[in-house]
Amino acid sequence: MASIWEYANPVKFIRTTDRVLPWVAWLAGACLVVGLIWGFFFTPDDFRQGSTVKIIYLHVPAALMAINAWLMMLVASLIWLVRRHHVSALAARAAAPVGAVMTVIALVTGAIWGQPMWGTWWAWDPRLTSFLILFLFYLGYIALWEAIETPDTAADLTSVLCLVGSVFALLSRYAVNFWNQGLHQGASLSLDKEKNVADVFYLPLLVCIAGFVLLFIALVFLRTQTEIRARRARALLARERMG
Amino acid sequence: MRALLLRDLRLAMRAGGGFGLGLAFFLIVTVLVTFGVGPESALLARIAPGILWIGALLACLLSLDRIFALDWEDGSLDLIATSPLPMEAVASVKALAHWITTGLPLVIAAPFFGLLLSLPGPGYGWLTLSLVLGTPALSVIGTFGGALTVGIKRGGLLLSLLVLPLYVPTLIFGAEVARRGAEGLAVATPALMLAGITFGSIALLPFASAMVLRVNLR
Repeated sequence: MASIWEYANPVKFIRTTDRVLPWVAWLAGACLVVGLIWGFFFTPDDFRQGSTVKIIYLHVPAALMAINAWLMMLVASLIWLVRRHHVSALAARAAAPVGAVMTVIALVTGAIWGQPMWGTWWAWDPRLTSFLILFLFYLGYIALWEAIETPDTAADLTSVLCLVGSVFALLSRYAVNFWNQGLHQGASLSLDKEKNVADVFYLPLLVCIAGFVLLFIALVFLRTQTEIRARRARALLARERMG
Repeated sequence: MRALLLRDLRLAMRAGGGFGLGLAFFLIVTVLVTFGVGPESALLARIAPGILWIGALLACLLSLDRIFALDWEDGSLDLIATSPLPMEAVASVKALAHWITTGLPLVIAAPFFGLLLSLPGPGYGWLTLSLVLGTPALSVIGTFGGALTVGIKRGGLLLSLLVLPLYVPTLIFGAEVARRGAEGLAVATPALMLAGITFGSIALLPFASAMVLRVNLR
């Protein structure tokens, strides 16, 4: 069995992802189409929330991916700092805007859901607030990548920012919890709970989550490939100018 | 180490506005907020802890880009880097100098600004305590932000975008201590959390700042 570090080689990474990417992309599309249509049209209305409950199929997967994207960036940053694999740094860079968009989707769908249910678009609830803070962290991270010209310096600085930011994001999460009591319900999906959401809603939700995960993977692969190729093009141009 | 600290303090004082500028800014924020929300003293008393903390935070932010930028421009940061002093110590000393020039004056002046905002009686002690506990964290976190953006031209705006989210936990617990103190509630939990954040930042963040500085000086 080949070691995972082989994919630190950009050529190998591009070759493998090229082969995998269409599958992941099509599977993501299929899961999303099936899950969303199933969720929107073939599940009963909730007896208290009516049809607004169906926004769960966008809200929950997006929120999950918003956090997991940051986790992935954290792991990729650590790999870059420890083992100096360029693909890893570029993957972290590629994931950031995707994660930021997921955060926005979660916030917007949450507001649309909150309006009929809580009677307000926005409340300073711990979960909502910490998502907003997470969004700010994404913005800072992306802005720092954009601001620095030397690629390796940028990768180093953003990696350290990602590490420090993770600690402070976690701290903020608990600080915000302490600061205000919540309107948002507790976790609706946990691995250690016997029963989560009612089964009729649960299965299409799982399909949607799978779709979002696959979509995220596909986008990160694609964007990382683009970054690698852009860097290669820059190197070629530089060589041409020299020669 | 002491030489570096004294040098930074002397520079801050001679450059003018080391101590004064932050304070003046703090005063202006206080006055402007009062203009913004109206002179009703009951309302002011309620929001006073929050305003004072936000003011302290902004005043601190204002001077962050000076921590490393000037030394970077005239090359003295390279000299400091080649000195036997480890980079971690440099980062810590810079943070300490920043705290003495901006944090400490704010701590001392905050009760007087509390007077302007008709802060309730028991609040003064707790406000001062919360600032004593919290402003070192602001300086240390800010030093990290300054080290991150030192190589970037016109990095001021970026610096605030990077640093302000990092300030969230400190601000929440700090303002909470001051608010609960002013209302006569128990303050132990947020005060301990605030102290924890400060000591944790002082212990760990200089390593991150030093790492970032080394990258920037490469």
